Amino acid sequence: MSVDMATAGISMAGAQEFIWREADMLDRLDYREWLKLWTAEGEYIVPIERDVDDHAGALNILHDDAEMREARVKRLLSGFSMSSAPPARTVRTVSRFVMLKTAPERVKLRCAMHIVEYKYDRTRLLAADVTYRLNVTPGGIALDRKIVQLVNSDDAQFGIGYLL
Amino acid sequence: MTEDYAALVRDDRVHTMLYRDPAIFDDEMERIFKQAWIWVGHDSELPGANSFKTAHVGRQPVIVTRDKAGAVHVLLNRCRHRAASVCERKKGKASVFVCPYHGWSYDVDGGLRKVPFADGYREPVDKADHSLIALRTECYNGMIFATFDDAIMPLAEWLGPARKWIDLFMKQGAGFGVKTLGEHRFRFPGNWKIQLENTTDAYHFPIVHKTFLSSLDEDTENLMDVLGQGGWVEDLGNGHSVMVMIPDLIDLEENLDAPIPDRFAALAAELAAEGHDDDQVRRIVRAVGGSGFNLNLFPNVACSMAFFRVLRPVAVNETEIQHIAIGMDGGPEAANRARLRLHEHFQGPMGFGTPDDAEGWERVQRGAAAGDALWVMLNRGVDAPDGRPEPGHEAGDVSAETGMRAAYQMWKRMMTA
Repeated sequence: MSVDMATAGISMAGAQEFIWREADMLDRLDYREWLKLWTAEGEYIVPIERDVDDHAGALNILHDDAEMREARVKRLLSGFSMSSAPPARTVRTVSRFVMLKTAPERVKLRCAMHIVEYKYDRTRLLAADVTYRLNVTPGGIALDRKIVQLVNSDDAQFGIGYLL
Repeated sequence: MTEDYAALVRDDRVHTMLYRDPAIFDDEMERIFKQAWIWVGHDSELPGANSFKTAHVGRQPVIVTRDKAGAVHVLLNRCRHRAASVCERKKGKASVFVCPYHGWSYDVDGGLRKVPFADGYREPVDKADHSLIALRTECYNGMIFATFDDAIMPLAEWLGPARKWIDLFMKQGAGFGVKTLGEHRFRFPGNWKIQLENTTDAYHFPIVHKTFLSSLDEDTENLMDVLGQGGWVEDLGNGHSVMVMIPDLIDLEENLDAPIPDRFAALAAELAAEGHDDDQVRRIVRAVGGSGFNLNLFPNVACSMAFFRVLRPVAVNETEIQHIAIGMDGGPEAANRARLRLHEHFQGPMGFGTPDDAEGWERVQRGAAAGDALWVMLNRGVDAPDGRPEPGHEAGDVSAETGMRAAYQMWKRMMTA
């Protein structure tokens, strides 16, 4: 099923290209550039419970506005955080894209993400459903909301010293 | 192998084997986790009749339930027929637990209700003899504990002087009462006692949590300068201890006239706009940031500034930790939301603090693989047993390892009993 390019400001192909570029940035720890992908009101959320609508009213693994994203990136790049200096190495793939909503000014889509991380002789696998809201802005596509629902979000995690 | 456990714990150090010997771990599960009061939950996690949560007492899975009369039961999560677990949900409501394997069903107090196809037994199954195994259970100020040891002293006596600190901690309810709001759960590949120590370790704070501190506004960063506030550590007996980091925040119902910190100005304005009078606003806002101390309760729970910190030993080199967020039961939504964001800021697998703690603990376990005759040093502040600062005696402050020494003396007592 094709997306009507005339009415959708962001095509599936455009969204995928954006999300893959973001994934590559995160694996390369290019966090400063990553910050620039966001809208000023953008929300970055890693929930604990599943099927929660009111993320602000729940405890999350992470619930960042612009200020917290800035602070988080500063921390991760500071060299003074032992869990992120260095962080685990990561290689992530994003696939199984499904367009959920299209409007001229924004789209919402869901995809699967697998991250393989490596540190201290140990390789771990993380999997998540990721929901993106991407906005059309004068500067191009911008990230307005990203919700990373880890497959085991309501179970015990290990420390995560990088961005999902 | 019978270890001489007394020889492994000295007044100012413990032997490295305590972190890495699987036989010691097995003995700890028997002698400590089956003979101490183990924290299994908070009252608010069981809201009303037929509510339940699952937990562990040492290595053993349990269900914590509340019956219609309000009484709390802690039951081994194992069918009395062929051992299948009868509940695999973390929490919820249930008026009956049905074993999925052959359908034996149990009441919330553990009583055996029904056995399907009962006529397959020559004699009827003796229901009284096949209840879910119930552990002795007692509560103090909302904290629910259970034990395998029917001969242990009452919980109140076990807690002793720690009760005063639990009462102070619960003032974060700001008159509404304390309610759990959710939890972070994470593991680290290391021994449980490394986490136990950390709750009473102010020494690491400015080092490990430098990046957390630098993410705060200046006033808050000064407040969190935990080594510079005149705090102290006290041994409270039975392995418990309190580490006071911010003396001004011991009693949240005092100093209500103090100016509201800038970081809470917006919250105060929001509460005032909702119609709370000035006294209420001050009380709520002061409670939002949490208490100024960590109360370490041997062996598995801490009232840690603004949350419950619960540890679960999984293996000699694996520990699971819960950071349970708390808020005001029925309190203003804005205040509870603020507490959630504060909790997320430091705690959990992607907090600004926890991942660095977890990495530090893992490094302890990795490093402890080296050296067979080496000791873990706990002698900081050993000359000031109460950890109180004295003129000319810098060591006896909040960074004293007094709380760790207290815990290990209790460890020795229980392991050699």
